[in-house]
Amino acid sequence: MPEDIEQMEDLSSAEKERLAQTGLEVDMKNRSGSFFQVDHDIRQVASLEKGIEVLAIGEALKKYDWLQDYYWKLVPKDKDQYTRFVADQPEPRGFVIIARKGSKTLYPLQACLFLSKTPVQHVHNLIIAEEGAELHIISGCASASYTKTGSHVGVSEFYVGKGARVTSTMIHNWGEEISVFPRSAALVEEDGVFLSNYVCMQPVRKIQMAPVAYLKGRNAIGRFSSITVTTPGSYMDLGSVVHLSAEGTGAELLTRAITTGGTLISRGLIEGEVGHTKGHIECKGLILKDGIIHAIPEIKGNVVDTELSHEAAVGKIARDEIEYLMSRGLDESVATSTIIRGFLDVKIEGLPEVLQKQIDSAIDAAEKSGF
Amino acid sequence: MLEIQDLHVEIGGKEVLHDINLQIGEGETHVLMGPNGSGKTTLLRAIMGFAGLSITEGRITFKGHDITHMPLHERAQLGMGMLFQRPPTIAGLKLGKLLEVTSGGDLNRVTEYSEYLHMDKFLDRSINLGFSGGEIKRSEVLQLMIQKPDFVMLDEPESGVDLENISLIGNAIAKLVDKDVHIVNRKKSGLVITHTGYILDYLDADFGHVMCDGVFRCHGNPREILKVIKTSGYKECLACQKI
Repeated sequence: MPEDIEQMEDLSSAEKERLAQTGLEVDMKNRSGSFFQVDHDIRQVASLEKGIEVLAIGEALKKYDWLQDYYWKLVPKDKDQYTRFVADQPEPRGFVIIARKGSKTLYPLQACLFLSKTPVQHVHNLIIAEEGAELHIISGCASASYTKTGSHVGVSEFYVGKGARVTSTMIHNWGEEISVFPRSAALVEEDGVFLSNYVCMQPVRKIQMAPVAYLKGRNAIGRFSSITVTTPGSYMDLGSVVHLSAEGTGAELLTRAITTGGTLISRGLIEGEVGHTKGHIECKGLILKDGIIHAIPEIKGNVVDTELSHEAAVGKIARDEIEYLMSRGLDESVATSTIIRGFLDVKIEGLPEVLQKQIDSAIDAAEKSGF
Repeated sequence: MLEIQDLHVEIGGKEVLHDINLQIGEGETHVLMGPNGSGKTTLLRAIMGFAGLSITEGRITFKGHDITHMPLHERAQLGMGMLFQRPPTIAGLKLGKLLEVTSGGDLNRVTEYSEYLHMDKFLDRSINLGFSGGEIKRSEVLQLMIQKPDFVMLDEPESGVDLENISLIGNAIAKLVDKDVHIVNRKKSGLVITHTGYILDYLDADFGHVMCDGVFRCHGNPREILKVIKTSGYKECLACQKI
């Protein structure tokens, strides 16, 4: 029963399984830290790594006054009704991760936000990587199998310091009647790298987000990858925005989307604000059954010497590809799923192997349920 | 092994193969020659069972089974294989992943053959994506070596292959049709389309056939046929009354 959930270990095996699909390791074997929140109750806060602090946001704001320089500084409070809702909460929930100068995580930190019985779960997360720090975060968001309706509103602000490297991998496993509204932004300083990966292959009623990265320092890099399967009844409006605001900055937005009956809007915007910048958007979509994939890639160059490009393709699996594999002895359904598996099999540059494996196993799970 | 009787094939309502008869016995390698557009590839595709063409008359028998209307993958499972002249590119699907599936998970065999064909560096690459002409052919031969068909059809295996690779591919194809096995014990059969005949240096084909405009114009010794075509072109075949 929900009220008995104290630690992740206390979850029923069915809930543990749902969380495992989002990349959470209950025993923390391959994790260097953990944050676990059920509805609005923070159940676990732990860091096993020197130089890396994991705190509940309420406690963190009391402990460090300087966090006020970061709190609500990237995502405007009045951006929309969802940010206002989070800002209006008297007791903020969510986590703060601070990676001190030069610290490195061998294993990723995991953050788990579990929706159990609250109608609207709100979180506000701050992730700060100081100069030269390397931080990998896997956030799994899931709802309990018995939770049929609800919303999750999450504000996340990422600060990637000079030469720092932050990867944020988010794997969602919501329910068919859950609506989700993440509001994220990242500030990347000189030579910093920010990789954001989003995976959602399970039903959700509605998800809408468009994280923004501001590449403010020279040679900063931002890369957003999104791998999604939109099932019947699901509506996903996913985008990412990158501002190339310093010389030498570069961005890449990559999408692999499949619909089996749901609607996916795939947005992307790269804006080249200064010279010597580069950006590319790649969106590939497969419509397997009835469904909609609407790709809206946008590139905006404001100066000479910004190189921006996009390619988007939406279609079906080519018959000659299926027949090619059939001629090697695979029946039509195995040939088709082998091609789909390959389509989703994106190797994300710079992602630690343990996280790549997590993405691979999310694809495995989707493949097993027949996409 | 393979018997084709009175085969007529249509594409888009137009008959492109007329009354084809062909028998390929166990252990035999046959060569199919003919000008571009004469219907050679269509014949291979009809035997393999691809969509986009319809068999209006006739029968194809393979290992004693009537396969005229058998689905493509069942023919492959029955022991038929094909080397594509221009295979499709499958973005994302790694060559190694496909071989893992077709080998039934026998990764040792995958490693052994990919090293033999110098394709070990390509296992982690999308099938045919950015492959050169020779690399495509090596990938095709590798897939067939894993598949181990009893009857293999090769659509211009030497086209686009440089001189250095031709012997590698030629020797590998020779293995596919049991040329390394004593003639008495040779079980595997092949049907090879070639324009240049270079592949014959490795294969020692047993029979040759010339196809023009969807009909067989000539059957005979493959080297003799090639000699005539090399000196006089296909017009000699078209004029030939000895059919």
